[in-house]
Amino acid sequence: MAQTNEPIVKFSEVTKRYGDLVVLDKLDLEIKKNEMISIIGPSGSGKTTVLRVLMTLEKINSGVIYVDGEPLTHMLSSGELIEANEKYLRERRSKIGMVFQQFNLFPHMTALQNCIEAPMQVLGMNKEAAEERALELLELVGLSDKKDQHPSRLSGGQQQRVAIARALAMRPKVMLLDEITSALDPEVVGEVLNVIRSLNKEYSLTMIMVTHQMGFAREISDRVCFFTEGKILEQGPPEKLLDDPKNERTKQFLHAVLDAN
Amino acid sequence: MEMAFRWDFAYEILPKLLWATVNTILAAGIGYLIAVIIGLLFLLGQRTSFKILNMLVREIVEFIRSTPLLIQLFFVYFVLPQFGITLSAWVCGMLTIGLHFGTYLCEVYRGALEGVPKTQWEACKALNFSSLYTYRRIILPQAFPIAIPGMGNYLVGIFKDTPLLSTIGVAELFHAATAVGGYNYRYLEPYTMVGVIFLVLSIPAAIWVRRLEKRVNKAQGKTIK
Repeated sequence: MAQTNEPIVKFSEVTKRYGDLVVLDKLDLEIKKNEMISIIGPSGSGKTTVLRVLMTLEKINSGVIYVDGEPLTHMLSSGELIEANEKYLRERRSKIGMVFQQFNLFPHMTALQNCIEAPMQVLGMNKEAAEERALELLELVGLSDKKDQHPSRLSGGQQQRVAIARALAMRPKVMLLDEITSALDPEVVGEVLNVIRSLNKEYSLTMIMVTHQMGFAREISDRVCFFTEGKILEQGPPEKLLDDPKNERTKQFLHAVLDAN
Repeated sequence: MEMAFRWDFAYEILPKLLWATVNTILAAGIGYLIAVIIGLLFLLGQRTSFKILNMLVREIVEFIRSTPLLIQLFFVYFVLPQFGITLSAWVCGMLTIGLHFGTYLCEVYRGALEGVPKTQWEACKALNFSSLYTYRRIILPQAFPIAIPGMGNYLVGIFKDTPLLSTIGVAELFHAATAVGGYNYRYLEPYTMVGVIFLVLSIPAAIWVRRLEKRVNKAQGKTIK
């Protein structure tokens, strides 16, 4: 994948706490344009929180997150960075899309409606254009024949593919994938991973993926980050981090995961 | 006095009772409409970020919910005039029923909103919807089917509580039956007929609510067990 050197996402000393519990501990993380990053680590290590604060679903306690060169969590006001208000967030958030572990499709809308709501409402597209785009995307995820089905009529794997199409319809620059296969039956995991594979090939998208699928992370990522206690303990290209980890804690984790499989 | 049910007498007073039934239905309908709206206002008051209003509304709702409707009716009708607020029996009855059942409906709405998974809000945020749009297109359409059974229950509930209005002189069904009974010294037929009329109206209402619930759910792609 072609990469430029300018980071599209940058975490600068980001701290997130829930009460006394520190979930992100002065996290520094830079992600380049079109980079495919996998985040692995034990549960409670803060890996999902990285995605949630980047999607602005949660506020951070200190530090700054930058997206595309401009602050996301903060805004400039007479030369100083202050906490961003909702209006500013809505502007900046549009560069980011997210796919959730539990799909979170709108159950009262068909697959097609799920994919055209936001482009029409937020991007101001007219219905024809939004539908045309949504149909292309449903085609891409292999579900154009299910466009008029409600989510309850779709399998988990199909729902997740619609969710991917829905996120893509907003033309994000950065896609966040939060354990997108964890809630799926084993036999449909492959169809969702295939969609991500083709996205990675055909679209210039930056992707950040929290995952337990080590094989998939190895195959697709440019870089794998191992998280523990709110920090990146070790990171590097997949073959290096997964096959030859330097840190004892990383080794332990990988052993545990491989044993479980 | 003759104890057997006199059909000829029942037939004679039927028109009078049916006319009064119109008033009962009217009272239930208007009362319910007011309750639906007041319930919404209470809900908005409870969800506002303005702390004092928030607390005030919560306390008012709790207070109204914890006192009997009959006492509230008497209070509004007989006590308020001492403070210079005089309302006709109908206005007093409708407002009090609206207020009383508005607090229950407020709870129904609240439960329904909380019944929509939090993750739906997150999905909306990730798609960058405004909060108004999130409510209108995503949250409320999902909350509505959850609210239907509760809202239906209170519609039937209000209907069955309308006889209380007779105590302040609203000429509804029970009031009319009492008057007819008193005039003829026969209560068996009028009161029996009141019971039957309530039954005949309540059951279809309950069935209609259940059908509505099914239809709304079906339109949203859900299947009902």
